[in-house]
Amino acid sequence: MGGQAPVVQRIRLRYAKRGPLRFTSHRDFARAFERALRRAGAPIAFSQGFTPHPKISYASAAPTGVGSEAEYLEIGLQAEVDPEQLRLALDAALSPGLDVLEAVVAGEGSLADRIDASRWRLELPTVDPAVAAAAVKSFLDAEEVLVERMTKQGRRSFDARVAVTHISVTDQSLGRSGAVAGRLDGESDLPSGADGAPCAIIDLVVRQVTPAVRPDDVLSGLRVVAGLEPPVPPRVTRLAQGTLTAQGEIVDPLDADRED
Amino acid sequence: MSARSVFPQLEQLLPRISKPIQYVGGELGAVVKDWDATTVRWALMYPDAYEVGLPNQGVQILYEVLNEQPDVLAERTYAVWPDLEALMREHGVPQFTVDAHRPVRDFDVLGISFSTELGYTNMFSALDLAGIPLESKDRTIDDPIVLAGGHASFNPEPIADFIDAAVLGDGEEAVLEITGIIREWKAEGRPGGRDELLLRLARTESIYVPRFYDVDYLPDGRIQRIVPNRPDVPFRVSKRTTMDLDAWPYPKKPLVPLAETVHERYAVEIFRGCTRGCRFCQAGMITRPVRERSITTVGQMVREGLEFSGFSEVGLLSLSSADHSEIGDMCSGLAEQYAGTNVSLSLPSTRVDAFNIDLAQELSKNGRRTGLTFAPEGGSERIRKVINKMVTEEDLIRTVVTAYSNGWRQVKLYFMCGLPTETDDDVAQIGRMAHEVIKAGRIAAGTKDIRCTVSIGGFVPKPHTPFQWAPMVRPEVIDARLKMLKDVINSDRSLGRAIGYRYHDGEPSLIEGLLSRGDRRVGAVIRRVWEKGGRFDGWSEHFSYARWVEAAAETLPQFGVDIDWFTTREREQAEVLPWDHLDSGLDKDWLWQDWQDSLSEYEQDDCRWTPCFDCGVCPSMDTEIQIGPTGKKLLPLTPVNNLRVPA
Ligand code: B12
Ligand code: SF4
Repeated sequence: MGGQAPVVQRIRLRYAKRGPLRFTSHRDFARAFERALRRAGAPIAFSQGFTPHPKISYASAAPTGVGSEAEYLEIGLQAEVDPEQLRLALDAALSPGLDVLEAVVAGEGSLADRIDASRWRLELPTVDPAVAAAAVKSFLDAEEVLVERMTKQGRRSFDARVAVTHISVTDQSLGRSGAVAGRLDGESDLPSGADGAPCAIIDLVVRQVTPAVRPDDVLSGLRVVAGLEPPVPPRVTRLAQGTLTAQGEIVDPLDADRED
Repeated sequence: MSARSVFPQLEQLLPRISKPIQYVGGELGAVVKDWDATTVRWALMYPDAYEVGLPNQGVQILYEVLNEQPDVLAERTYAVWPDLEALMREHGVPQFTVDAHRPVRDFDVLGISFSTELGYTNMFSALDLAGIPLESKDRTIDDPIVLAGGHASFNPEPIADFIDAAVLGDGEEAVLEITGIIREWKAEGRPGGRDELLLRLARTESIYVPRFYDVDYLPDGRIQRIVPNRPDVPFRVSKRTTMDLDAWPYPKKPLVPLAETVHERYAVEIFRGCTRGCRFCQAGMITRPVRERSITTVGQMVREGLEFSGFSEVGLLSLSSADHSEIGDMCSGLAEQYAGTNVSLSLPSTRVDAFNIDLAQELSKNGRRTGLTFAPEGGSERIRKVINKMVTEEDLIRTVVTAYSNGWRQVKLYFMCGLPTETDDDVAQIGRMAHEVIKAGRIAAGTKDIRCTVSIGGFVPKPHTPFQWAPMVRPEVIDARLKMLKDVINSDRSLGRAIGYRYHDGEPSLIEGLLSRGDRRVGAVIRRVWEKGGRFDGWSEHFSYARWVEAAAETLPQFGVDIDWFTTREREQAEVLPWDHLDSGLDKDWLWQDWQDSLSEYEQDDCRWTPCFDCGVCPSMDTEIQIGPTGKKLLPLTPVNNLRVPA
């Protein structure tokens, strides 16, 4: 083989995993995205070599079952396109619920270097916000919160507290939450808070550390420090990813590209 | 009633199970309609895991055909894995469709596609989870019509008490006709209830309603007769045949799953039916006559299917793809059109001849070169005459050698064990043949670095074939022959090392045999197996032979029969077979003659190229062979270099 056309343009995308399609695993998404490139007629570039691969690189992907408004990837193209046209074509080529939200031409530097933290929203249906707030306080007060998780290396114990830079129970906790747009038709996608039952909503900012601390681990931490055990599985959504500023804000990694 | 989505309840269970993505729907090609805006509603089920069921062509075709009707809604449901089943029971979540997560019980029809009998136990789970009574007689006007289709429905007797109706053969027109009958019955205010509806279906003479037929047995356990128990239903129910496949170019909008499934490709049936006449092959017998799709339509379907789906693989499907009258032009034409596009084409053909290699060569020009598969099915020339697989040892060696000298390094050979009249020596010859293949192959390829895999499974006699009278061979004998074959292969270490050996044990085949040729009494066995936890019988990790044997011992003695009676017993010409009232078009006398010819090792030609040999199908079904060449061509492909941005 060999002789693949060179990359003439690199484009970065922000996309969302919403509603039922938050159960798409990263592998599933990657396959769907390659098909979407073909459906959309995107002039994707391929790697050299015997089994050429499309030029796609992903920033850290949200776990299966976790929704996200802020997933990022970068593609290399063999012909220049208008980023907004590409966004529209790819969005139409993916199932509703896998939504392409933004496309910008890549500037200097790598996407990965601009991402060191994520903001998450944790909805705990049927959990009283006051109870959640107390658990959050114990978590913040603790110096270290050891939790366990199965990893590829077997069961590991690590500190979930160290990576958390912000955690609070939001005031929209009661009643309808600030619902995330773009639901699949026919599917009710509201936390049970919608029908008047309590629903605690936690706002969480976690730094990227090794081993990674995921929202799951923070939930385990709340169980460890305060015995908080949500009776129904919490719903987790990644709201943002990017660079954590000294003020605790998360800077959109595409900002720098837009300025170029 | 407007069938509420059960997703809010299901959603709570999904984080606790494996592969939740297979239950959420959202595939490209999936259709969600407004419940209240439609009048006839179908739930279509493939009774296996989503990863196997989703790619099923039959379901995809019917789904699309039905959803194209403005007042019809069709959704899909699949067997749920035991982890989710347990949680659904615990939390009272009913069997649901993946499209809009509606409860299956709310639909008018639950159509189940049985390409294999091993799906029967999963049907019970689905009915039970849906809250639909297991037995047809217990269902009310609030329950859907449970309708079986697919190849296994050519003998639905083992599940006769649990289904309401069955369609034999092609489904495209049948589902529309059934829809029409239901539409009318509902518009009239559902007169006469469920019974009247079933009667209207039965009166078409091509929809089988088991409850309208009584089976009487002789004291020795054989069937005395199967007759209608009311005057207005036909004595025999005939199969359906969709003629002119160019007029039915489905699937146009193939379902593209997010989950990983057994096939990730756009499959086009290039023809239906096969008249090669392999005597073990039920598919070949029940899908006659041959009906080709023209090269032009195939080309158009490939283009539109790829555009719609974004798949990068195309399968040109049929029972014997190399036999299409325009296959040469089709393969070279498509290979040319898609050269340099990363689209790969495949032909799942197993015909043993050099032409097949030419085709594979064409197709692999611009893509990966996968292994080649041939199916001689029998090891000795004698047994190949018995099964009417007309391949000589010379042909086979020559074909495989051609493959090796054209650069293939890996060849797969398919065989069966337990064929009628088979001896140890017939099976041992498979090993010797594999040795010859490697020897000749090494010389032709000029390297020792070639392999062949021998894959062998147990033979299961099927209804509507010349072997429907044949005795099965006991699993112990099968297993002993399979072990012996392994020894023969390894008797020469140098050659044996180049030969892979894969086999299926005899026990599952025996159970498949029980289900294939069973009658209504076998229904009790299936139900008992299911009650004992039997699920996913097509999966070796879930299948339990002991459970089947136990269930049979608990249920069959009351009828004076047992598993052996259904499987290893040879039938006589005069015996009434459980499916005699179900008409595949094949003349029973012709089938018997072919069975006798088989025993005298006498071969039968193919009616496409030799005169009609009067199998009976065309005159009784009013069908005809539809083959080309049409002289038509692939339409040119206009390359699109633009982004496809929605308007
Ligand atoms: C692709 C394929 C597979 C794929 C299936 C992927 C999938 N999920 O479908 C894989 C590789 C997984 C597979 C596996 C097996 N397969 Co397979 N497979 C085929 C193949 C090549 C094509 C099937 C196909 O798509 N046909 C086209 C569609 C349109 O036909 P259809 O499904 O029959 O549907 C039509 C009608 O039957 C009807 N219909 C179907 N369902 C319903 C439902 C209702 C309600 C109604 C009204 C009508 C209806 O309408 C449809 C349109 O007309 C066929 C050979 C062939 N060319 O047919 C073998 C074939 C079907 N397989 C066969 C077998 C034996 C198997 C296995 C049991 C093998 C094994 N021992 O493991 C397994 C079983 C898998 C399982 N658990 O279901 C046999 C069936 C035996 C028989 N009846 O004689 C066949 C015929 C091959 C052969 N010649 O032996 N298979
Ligand atoms: S009736 Fe004749 S032509 Fe038709 S399938 Fe049978 S043998 Fe072939």
